[in-house]
Amino acid sequence: MTDQKPAVELIHITKHFDTFTAVNDISMQIGQAEFFSMLGASGCGKTTTLRMIAGFEHPTEGTIKLNGQIIQNEPPHRRNVNMVFQNYALFPHMNVFENVAFGLRVKRLSSNEIGKRVGEALEMVQLYGMDQRKPAQLSGGQQQRVALARALVNQPAVLLLDEPLGALDQKLRKDMQLELKRLQREVKITFIYVTHDQEEALTMSDRIAVMDQGKVLQVDDPRTLYDSPNSRYVASFIGTTNFFNGKVASVQGDELCIELAGQGQIWAQAPTDLPVGQAVTVSVRPERLSLSADAPNHLNGTLDDVVFVGNDLQYFVRLPSGERAVVREQNRGSDKNLPAIGDAVTVSWTPSSTNLFVE
Amino acid sequence: MSKKPSPWLFLYYLVLLVLLYLPIVILFLFSVNDGIAFTFPMKGVTGHWYQDMLRNRELLEALRNSAIVALSSSAAASLIGAAAAIALMRFKLRGRSVFIAVAVLPLLVPFLILGVALLILFSSLNIERSLVTIAIAHTIVAFPYALLILMARLADFNPFIEEAAQDLGATYFYTLRKVIMPILAPTILAAWLVAFTVSFDEYVLASFLNGGSPTLPVYILGQMRFANRFPQVIALAVVVMVASLSLLLLAESLRRGGAKTELKPVEPG
Repeated sequence: MTDQKPAVELIHITKHFDTFTAVNDISMQIGQAEFFSMLGASGCGKTTTLRMIAGFEHPTEGTIKLNGQIIQNEPPHRRNVNMVFQNYALFPHMNVFENVAFGLRVKRLSSNEIGKRVGEALEMVQLYGMDQRKPAQLSGGQQQRVALARALVNQPAVLLLDEPLGALDQKLRKDMQLELKRLQREVKITFIYVTHDQEEALTMSDRIAVMDQGKVLQVDDPRTLYDSPNSRYVASFIGTTNFFNGKVASVQGDELCIELAGQGQIWAQAPTDLPVGQAVTVSVRPERLSLSADAPNHLNGTLDDVVFVGNDLQYFVRLPSGERAVVREQNRGSDKNLPAIGDAVTVSWTPSSTNLFVE
Repeated sequence: MSKKPSPWLFLYYLVLLVLLYLPIVILFLFSVNDGIAFTFPMKGVTGHWYQDMLRNRELLEALRNSAIVALSSSAAASLIGAAAAIALMRFKLRGRSVFIAVAVLPLLVPFLILGVALLILFSSLNIERSLVTIAIAHTIVAFPYALLILMARLADFNPFIEEAAQDLGATYFYTLRKVIMPILAPTILAAWLVAFTVSFDEYVLASFLNGGSPTLPVYILGQMRFANRFPQVIALAVVVMVASLSLLLLAESLRRGGAKTELKPVEPG
């Protein structure tokens, strides 16, 4: 963080409901003009956290600050944040113009000012000309953009988005993801985005907080989260990976030698403060594996299956321990040297591609 | 599922319609019949019963009384019903199901018993029987209708709309005024019309709590023993019936229109 105040700060936030704890002592700092995502499976606490920032839930414990000011006791209508709801929540009895103008009318701005700002907001989401239509006459994508305009027209300090792209089809979702990212860069407002779709989070975010069962597991930029997950959960939630169980056999300089159960030894670059004999989980991404003996770490196995996924080929290799490793290689056209199912193959990777977790 | 409805079904439907509406058609014929006794074929058609009806002072007063009672009790029932429905759907109040159970009791209790109970209540409080006491009784029996109609609408009401309004800076009362009420307006009107019809048609309570100025149904029944006044009364009954039917049709179309303002689940696109 630079010397600027964080846009939003959560300090030891906990939320208990009658029967369970949705959010369990989380602390986060979200920066100015940052596209920040909270990512996790259903029930991990991400939406509850978002709603606490908006003011629709009150934290059981902890402090929430907006640009340095404590806000957790302020009712939602007094907070300088705006939210885009999952099902858009447009006012069905008002047309698009009045929907977008709602927040400005509450503030009693002049008609001129309202007309100007609504026009700009609609222009920004490319809905200019639709202002007389009622929500029921709009498509899902259009309704979503009205919801966006309605929130942004108030120039909030922070924009909260609760899985806004969930109801859209695949193609439109991908377009809207890029659109949202572009918009955020244009308006330079902090976006806090909640989603369960890891690909979506990776595409749009400057930083992502991965959550599980009310706790924050890791907060990092997409690249770091992918290359250096800090736990088994994060490694498997973001992208796909191969897991192997093993024990630390020896330490040689800044590399660890790991004995994989029944497969042999492999090398990893890792914190060297792991004792010999420590049980570890090894994680290697499928695209870091290759069907060759080129790299220092290798395992021998049999080719079980080959799956063609368009731009990639997935090889499933049966290892002596009984586990299956997934190797992903680019589809480079018809390779005459492709192994056949049942062939003995070697899978290899570099020590730097090895992640280790102690659980 | 069979594609063509059986012709027997259609026949059944016709028979049902005839059975339901034949008495009403006969009533209408009676009201334009030239003569006091009804004969078939009819002797002649006349509109003078309707004219006589309009000149009958007592009858017009009874009509006025019914209107006063119906207007006041329907207004009270629909407003209290709306307030209760909003409170029940919005806040997680304890004793919610008990409240609803008690609120719909008037639909189950025979009006005869309710009438006696209210009579005892009013006399023990030294309240004279009058149009006011009738209006109170009608408010009680119309309230469940208003409550149920509004609760049905509110069940479909997107709960996030209220949150969205507050998120945009509106207090709860601003939201009520500018968002919730306009969306509910057609439904409240529908509830009001139903309550009006319930009150206007009501006989038992109106007769028990009658304090000397009768409502229309009470007046009509009282006139039944005067054979020469009979056709006038029938003419009036036809007018009331047509009015009630129109109000109910209007109420239903408003209710459906109000329900339509709820946005359907979003189609991708």
